[in-house]
Amino acid sequence: MSLETDTSSSDTPPRLFAPRRRQFLVGRRAVWASTISSVLLVAAIVAVFFLAPGGAQVRYYFFNPHNMWVSFIGNPGKGLSSIGTGILTNIWIFLLCEVFVLIFGLIIASVRMSQSAVLFPFRVLSTIYTDVFRGIPILLVLFIVGFGIPELRLGFLSHQSPAVYGCIALTVSYSAYVAEVYRAGLYSVPNGQILAARSLGLTHSATMRRVILPQAIRTVIPPLLNDFISLQKDTALVGTLGAIEAVRAAQIYDSTEFNSSSYVVASLLFLALTIPLTRFTDRLIARDRSRRLAGSQ
Amino acid sequence: MNDVVLKLDSIVKRFGENVVLRGVSLELHRHEVVCLIGASGSGKSTLLRCTNLLETIDGGSITLFGQSLMDERIDPDLVRRHIGMVFQSFNLFPHLSVLDNILVGPVHALKRKRGEVRVEALELLERIGLAERANDFPDRLSGGQQQRVAIVRSLAMRPSLLLLDEVTSALDPTLVGEVLDLLRDLAAQGTTMLIATHEMNFARDVAHQVAYLDRGVLVEQGTPAEMFANPQHESTRTFLERVR
Repeated sequence: MSLETDTSSSDTPPRLFAPRRRQFLVGRRAVWASTISSVLLVAAIVAVFFLAPGGAQVRYYFFNPHNMWVSFIGNPGKGLSSIGTGILTNIWIFLLCEVFVLIFGLIIASVRMSQSAVLFPFRVLSTIYTDVFRGIPILLVLFIVGFGIPELRLGFLSHQSPAVYGCIALTVSYSAYVAEVYRAGLYSVPNGQILAARSLGLTHSATMRRVILPQAIRTVIPPLLNDFISLQKDTALVGTLGAIEAVRAAQIYDSTEFNSSSYVVASLLFLALTIPLTRFTDRLIARDRSRRLAGSQ
Repeated sequence: MNDVVLKLDSIVKRFGENVVLRGVSLELHRHEVVCLIGASGSGKSTLLRCTNLLETIDGGSITLFGQSLMDERIDPDLVRRHIGMVFQSFNLFPHLSVLDNILVGPVHALKRKRGEVRVEALELLERIGLAERANDFPDRLSGGQQQRVAIVRSLAMRPSLLLLDEVTSALDPTLVGEVLDLLRDLAAQGTTMLIATHEMNFARDVAHQVAYLDRGVLVEQGTPAEMFANPQHESTRTFLERVR
């Protein structure tokens, strides 16, 4: 083996220019190249849609403007629920669950990370909790809660609407995920921060509140928002319990009118909800990244 | 009043199989500056962390102002409020401004009034020439400035004793001077300090006592004059020759 670093034994300098083909994709020509490829891609998709043998049927059964409109506003006379009203159910379920998940998840995470001897059984419980509810499909949790609690005949608790049971099930499931997100965030704070806080004589809880949590929240927000995007979509599962939300309404429309355009309507409404949140999350991630890069110089 | 501030008696500390401190004894008097020297891994940092109970010791005893810290009724948080600690990596709180970094201890540990502590904090910042940076966040400051803020942060608690853990080791060589100058000022005012350091010239100038640690054993201790001019032990001699 040789420790020689100057491998070019001759006097000719090494080649540093890219091959011609790659030079084409540089500078202003790169803008052209990306424009042309975008146009070609869109054209290909449209062509498939219009030229495929079943294209006309798909356009009729999925993108029929009349059916889309009727399914959106609903028709009580024919027993058709409005998807537009249904999505409101999804929205309130989401908003309610979000608040409960944030609180409940934090409680579970803090219990799991606590050190007090008294809390030992709760620590075990919270570990079991996160393991179990991250392991069971949300649909099953919904069935267990939605059909199980009414069976218990616990008076007030057993006489709630399907949407409420849906909320409970989603909260129970998502809290397990969110608790883990919190926990990862809390562990991401460097140990030196904790040492510094404790050597100032701050108590365990003051250290948590003044030093760890404020720093953890910054790292936790993007993954939390990601979980909320899924939560927004999973509110559709509440329909399986019989609550008339957007997807359930779309299903009713399809089975009555034999036209699936209602599903496209429901999809578009969900997109209208999730896209702002995904864009916002991406922006936060980008901002956080640039700040971190600036911080490390 | 007895002027022994801190008494460490045969401190033993293990991390699993690894014995980091093997019966270290040390006394620190009021207004005294003791420098701990020794190679990396000799146990200097661990000894400091044991002193303010950030680590629990496996043997021996620690006495602060004549009170044994081994007593079960001791509240570690109360102990730490009397012992300032400064770290190699500064550990300023990045989400708080310079001023809030200094205020967080007095306000949230000592429950003092924010307005009142603020005045003191600004005075302290004035003394280290960083008053105009009070509202900046730590990442806007140079390493030397951050470390001086970290020292001031621990001073704001009005500690009876300051522990400094290789506070210049993470600094650019051009920034070491400003931090050491601040420590010299503190020493001149009679601040009681236990300093783990690799800066031999600083130890020679400032310390009243120098203690040499080697693999968890306090090999020898003496005045800087004795230690640097005439070390008694072979290992001390070897170490001092290497760092010179």
